Amino acid sequence: MLTGSFDLRSTLIGYVLVVQEFTALCGQAIAGLVRPPWYVRETIYQIDRIGVGSVFIVVLTGMFTGMVLALQGAVQLEPYGATIYVSRLISTSVVRELGPVLAALMIAGRVGSGIASEIASMKVTEQIDALRAEGTDPIQKLATTRLVACVLMIPVLTIITNGIAIFGGWLIARLYLGIDSYFYWTWAFEAIEQRDIVVGLVKPAVFGFIIAMVGCYAGFHTKGGTVGVGLSTTQSMVSSSILILASDFLLTKLFMAFP
Amino acid sequence: MIALSGVWLTLGERPVLNDISFDVQAGQTKVILGASGSGKTTILRVILGLYRPDRGSIRVDGQEITELDERNLTLVRQDMAMVFQGAALFDSLTVRENVWYRLWEHSRLSDETIEQTVQESLQFVGLADTVDKMPAELSGGMRKRVGIARALASGAKVLLYDEPTGGLDPINACMISRLITKLSTKGITQVVVTHDLDAAYRVADRIVMIQRGRVIFDGTPDGLQQSDDPAIRGFIDPGSLTNGWETFANPPNPVD
Repeated sequence: MLTGSFDLRSTLIGYVLVVQEFTALCGQAIAGLVRPPWYVRETIYQIDRIGVGSVFIVVLTGMFTGMVLALQGAVQLEPYGATIYVSRLISTSVVRELGPVLAALMIAGRVGSGIASEIASMKVTEQIDALRAEGTDPIQKLATTRLVACVLMIPVLTIITNGIAIFGGWLIARLYLGIDSYFYWTWAFEAIEQRDIVVGLVKPAVFGFIIAMVGCYAGFHTKGGTVGVGLSTTQSMVSSSILILASDFLLTKLFMAFP
Repeated sequence: MIALSGVWLTLGERPVLNDISFDVQAGQTKVILGASGSGKTTILRVILGLYRPDRGSIRVDGQEITELDERNLTLVRQDMAMVFQGAALFDSLTVRENVWYRLWEHSRLSDETIEQTVQESLQFVGLADTVDKMPAELSGGMRKRVGIARALASGAKVLLYDEPTGGLDPINACMISRLITKLSTKGITQVVVTHDLDAAYRVADRIVMIQRGRVIFDGTPDGLQQSDDPAIRGFIDPGSLTNGWETFANPPNPVD
């Protein structure tokens, strides 16, 4: 009993410590935005790597999501003779929820784990210490640049995902369900409100923050050589996926509170 | 130039440095000798401010560094450079970019001047032809020499070496030792951590020997060889040991 209570205590302290370290890292990364040096070249490189490099996977994600939604939506709407409105269902569900969340989960897999493994490898090969020895703040150089790239590029990638998903839905609607293109696109755009666009852009920016910072945290806190690199990569992927889903719920609830 | 006084450090729950005191005069090459796990590398890290000691004083060029924040430590580090055990070259950069990194980041020198410094530093270590190669294309010895070139190009007044000859064949090890000796003639202050006795005798002006995080010898290479201390004799002539191997080979606080 005594041992159990001690374990619980140390586990809780461990969680508090992780939150404290994570918050401190986020604070230092954000502080790096407002004080020189600004690593413009590094940031542009990360924007290219994270943004342009992820276009292919978000295009595939969007395409298949839109196509599946069209097929499933048509089955649900058919009994009511409302198959023609399938584009409303696709555009609202994609822009409000599926586009941002699915794109973020895919990018967490590709980019978040990449950030974690890269920084973790630098940690175990003493390159982080070498940066400090060279007079460079590793958080500003590695975390701030990736944070900027993710917060800027994930909304852009989400817009691409949304567009491709609605396009994928149109392919099925036109070729398989025989819905007229005019009706498809008219209802698709009419269903989207200005508020949906704002929500659909705020969410990916928050998800970008989560992906970058969780990846950096996992990387900077790597211990134990190459085994540690693998653990950090897994930890980054799992933690950022859970945080994306949890923050999606909280953001949706928050936006609903302000109609 | 560097003075450690009563430095204590515990990492996790392991005491690593126990009342470490010694100094390094300007222009001197001081070797920190000791078995693996004795705390040698940790001493370099506290000198560089990568670890903050629990107690004690570390003065670099007269400035107390133990109470400096990270930004002010960064300024102190600009006068120091470290050659890491595995060289710690930046994987994503070429040899040229690794060597010019600090100048490019922190100096206002022109690109031409930086390029000239890079070439001179690489020529000094005999690797001028590797300038466009990536670190992954270099052998272990070459990586260490590029590490020395990077430290040299920084113009630092103090160079710290962590096991510079570790894992190298005798020819490469000798080459690195010669480079360190050559740099001492330029008046650069050097602190070399090693367990390689040959290298230590070759480069040292003075030697500090560490055992289990404590200084057990601070003197000249001749003084070390003539010492009657059983702990020192056991290290420099392990064949003479009949028992007590664990003191050297399996120390209770492995930290290096």
